Amino acid sequence: MDAAGLFRQMARARAFEDATSALWREGRISGEMHLGTGEEAVAAGVVASLRPGDAVALDHRPTPVLTVLGVDLAGMLAEMLGMESGIHRGRAGHMHLMSRTLLASSSGIVGSSAPLGAGFALAGRALRPGSVAVAFFGDGAMNQGMLLETLNLAAAWSLPLLLVCKDNGWSITTRTDAVTGGDPVARARGFGLETVDVDGGDVGAVAEAAADAIDRARNGEGPSFLRARVPRLDGHFLGDALVRAARSPAGDGRQLLGDVTSAALSRTGGGLGDRARSVVRLLDLMRRARREDRDTRHDPLERARSTVGQEVASRLEAEALAEVGRAVAAAGGAH
Amino acid sequence: MARLEFGAAIDAAVAEAMARDPRVIVLGEDVHTLRAPLFARFGPRRVLSAPISEAAFVGAAVGAAMGGLRPIAELMLVDFVGSCLDSLLNQASKVEGFTHGDWKVPLVVRATCGGGYGDGGQHEQALWGLLAGIPGLSVVVPSTPADAHGLMTAALRHDGPVIFLEHKLLSRSWLEFLGAGGRKTVSFDVPPDGVEGEVLAGEEVPLGVAAIRRHGDGLTIVSLAVGVHRAIAAAEILAREGIDCDVLDLRSVRPLDRVAVVASVARTGRLLVVDEDYREFGLSGELAAAVLEAGLSPRFARVCVDGTIPYARHLEDLALPSVARIAEAARELARVSPDLPGHG
Ligand SMILES: Cc1ncc(C[n+]2csc(CCOP(=O)(O)OP(=O)(O)O)c2C)c(N)n1
Ligand SMILES: [Mg+2]
Repeated sequence: MDAAGLFRQMARARAFEDATSALWREGRISGEMHLGTGEEAVAAGVVASLRPGDAVALDHRPTPVLTVLGVDLAGMLAEMLGMESGIHRGRAGHMHLMSRTLLASSSGIVGSSAPLGAGFALAGRALRPGSVAVAFFGDGAMNQGMLLETLNLAAAWSLPLLLVCKDNGWSITTRTDAVTGGDPVARARGFGLETVDVDGGDVGAVAEAAADAIDRARNGEGPSFLRARVPRLDGHFLGDALVRAARSPAGDGRQLLGDVTSAALSRTGGGLGDRARSVVRLLDLMRRARREDRDTRHDPLERARSTVGQEVASRLEAEALAEVGRAVAAAGGAH
Repeated sequence: MARLEFGAAIDAAVAEAMARDPRVIVLGEDVHTLRAPLFARFGPRRVLSAPISEAAFVGAAVGAAMGGLRPIAELMLVDFVGSCLDSLLNQASKVEGFTHGDWKVPLVVRATCGGGYGDGGQHEQALWGLLAGIPGLSVVVPSTPADAHGLMTAALRHDGPVIFLEHKLLSRSWLEFLGAGGRKTVSFDVPPDGVEGEVLAGEEVPLGVAAIRRHGDGLTIVSLAVGVHRAIAAAEILAREGIDCDVLDLRSVRPLDRVAVVASVARTGRLLVVDEDYREFGLSGELAAAVLEAGLSPRFARVCVDGTIPYARHLEDLALPSVARIAEAARELARVSPDLPGHG
């Protein structure tokens, strides 16, 4: 796909996430609303190499991939609004969006997309020769047992599977590297998978790496692991307490900081060094939670703008906004 | 005596145990933020942030308990127990039986449970029936801050594995974290008496002892967690219609206070179970068995969850036990007369 085509998909995905965010703020979407803002280049870049008969297993940020795949936007929005006109008649919600016709399935259980993807690959090999499956998950999921077991299973059975790790550095409020031994890419290589490490904010790089890996899988040359580093632009979920506290220490963060301070000064407790280590770590997390913004350095959409030129970018964004606006209206989300 | 929120009442029991006993540790995903005050007070060696590796860290907590520590492993949402079921089903629950009581596993697994805030079918399950189905585990599900504090205090003194379930609708902090996210545009049907209340510091609520929340001779309603508050609200409506209910709060699922249930049902001749867990193969059926085994044959009905909990708020409200559903089931039960001796 050309640069404009990729940008167009990224713009559609972003417009969809932003519309979702607005509806969430109005109180019309419930539950833990995890946006995929920052992951648009991964979604557009990987899906560009997929064709009918391929399958995708998704995590708790499924909407950018589903948008690019072509799931009905009004139906997805209506689902999030809990309406009968939703793609699952309001039964599933945003963490469990699926499309049987597109062979796409998401789940809110961290790590579960990997074995599901392996099964999609197994079924694809048997029933749709030449097809592939893709499993998307985060860096935190790389510590989940079922995912690690799947790395082995995919290699052992030489499955036509691409495992895509969207590495944003976070597991909710935990820095993933603080609870991880070794490097995810080296880990996958240790299981005998082909690996590739790309800048997940660079849509061209993602598209190229994914195309290679997917080609290999189609040709029966086995599974690959693609790590794409991505920013997390809207916290873990909308209303993320840590991000709110970090952005407004005197407002939303006041209670947390007060509680932490008085606890650290308790008469009884750990040694002074232990207490200090804890407080320093919490302050460091707040500092990091404040950092990722929609600027030209972090935001994949801003970065992709230069690949198509300002004029084309603006036109494609306007079209995406109009399309999503129509979907919001059709879903009954407009006022 | 202090007035505490539900979550704070639990944390106070944990803090008290940690201050008293250096063997008590906390581990789980994001505990440095979810339990930030404990983290700041006791340091990262006693409040350990875990990777998303439930099988490993709950399994490790079992080993740590066998090795002499008294860990609290936090599961965030009980729905995630699927990822670490082996450590509870085949490890923690078996050690005492295998060693004929010689070796015990003083482990507490703390997890949130329950719905009512639109999080969908993988994040709102009760699952206490599933877990209480495993001999060797204790499962407690408090409905008030006082019980939350008292049951956590008891769990931390208990020498066997205890699953401590914290209903999210009773916990302002969890509801804020998972449901509201700083929004003023959403509201939840939160039972006021469950969310905040008087707590006696250090006072234990023994495992396996139910509490009578309301007295009445016409009907026994047995419930737990949020269901207790819904049942009390229904009982107030029913009382105005001339149906007087006993409302029994189990507090523990296992051990189950069969004596309390049987005593009440023997008096009323009617048993209504209000259970946010799945209807089939669970607590409600167990309660029916308990009264049958005691030789009673009461009128029986249950208000439970039938299938996958729907995401849409209006459908979810219909799926979870509500005051309306409880009152309706109670009226139905009261219409037919029990055939126990002494009841006509
Ligand atoms: C088995 C399981 N454990 C814990 C959770 C709670 N949880 C939801 S998202 C998340 C973090 C996931 O991190 P990562 O895989 O890196 O994805 P990210 O959210 O960073 O995109 C956690 C711990 C869950 N949903 N499932
Ligand atoms: Mg992550």
